[in-house]
Amino acid sequence: MVLNNIEKLLEKYENGETSLKEEQVLKNYFSSGNVAPHLEMYTPMFTYFLKNQQEQFTKDVPLKTKMKLNFRWISVAAVVLIMLGFYFGASLRSDELGTYDDPELAFNDFSKSMEMISKKLNKGTSAVGYLNEVNKGTSTLGYLNEIENTTSIIFKK
Amino acid sequence: MTQKEFLNIVTPFKDKVFRLAKRLLVSTEEAEDATQEVLIKLWNNKTKIQEYKNVEAFSMTMTKNYCFDKLKSKQAQNLKIVHSNYEDKQTGLQKQVELNDSVSWVERIIEDLPEQQRMIIQLRDIEEYDFDEIAKMLDMNNTAVRVSLSRARKTIREQLTNTHNYGIK
Repeated sequence: MVLNNIEKLLEKYENGETSLKEEQVLKNYFSSGNVAPHLEMYTPMFTYFLKNQQEQFTKDVPLKTKMKLNFRWISVAAVVLIMLGFYFGASLRSDELGTYDDPELAFNDFSKSMEMISKKLNKGTSAVGYLNEVNKGTSTLGYLNEIENTTSIIFKK
Repeated sequence: MTQKEFLNIVTPFKDKVFRLAKRLLVSTEEAEDATQEVLIKLWNNKTKIQEYKNVEAFSMTMTKNYCFDKLKSKQAQNLKIVHSNYEDKQTGLQKQVELNDSVSWVERIIEDLPEQQRMIIQLRDIEEYDFDEIAKMLDMNNTAVRVSLSRARKTIREQLTNTHNYGIK
């Protein structure tokens, strides 16, 4: 009875008409150990199928959680950074030197700095004083004209 | 999607991917590489994974295509000679050897089948998918799958009968 059934199933199996359940019946039958002698050639086939189901993939899969660099947002960040730089940089490097609250103190400091300026200016003018010497030199050169005059008189005669 | 969620999706069928790849590429190392490649591709497109109706079938199709590409590439032509699947079979009891041998006949017979029949045998008899799923994975129609499968099974049976009865390999 069972054998008859199996033979029928095998025929259906070869025509590709068996359902998964029927195929399971066949696999069970051929792996049970007591197979009818004339069907023995099917055993390796079904054992192979069953054996192959157990083969596993053992290698690790390297899953990289790679951060995709989004250049659009990077450029936005860069612009913001530059603008902040300008803003704070400008406020830090302002030309203000501070003011005085006490007028007397302010006057003192002002006169002090004026004194300094005048000192420096005097130094400058004293250096310029040497120019007078140059003028003297040129005035002595003026005598050369006298000589020229006299020589011209001589040659005319 | 975190790695854990991804692994939960992938784990049930990653062995199937590997076995299909091995069926097509023969060598275990190649099959491992192919599986890795397929899984990494899935991972890189993980944002789209929810949109796929059937991730498993999709991965199997991906595997098939990837393996075909591999087989077509020149690289594979060279590798084919190297990986001729010479396994170092363990010697044990006489019976065990005999069984092992006849089981490895099946492997050799299947290896000689055309690629399509090999895939169908793999998907149906080993992974036990139903015909609709196989048809979808391989982009074939239902009857074509059945016909191919029937041919493959008959070839295997014939060859096995030959070896079994007459010792012809």
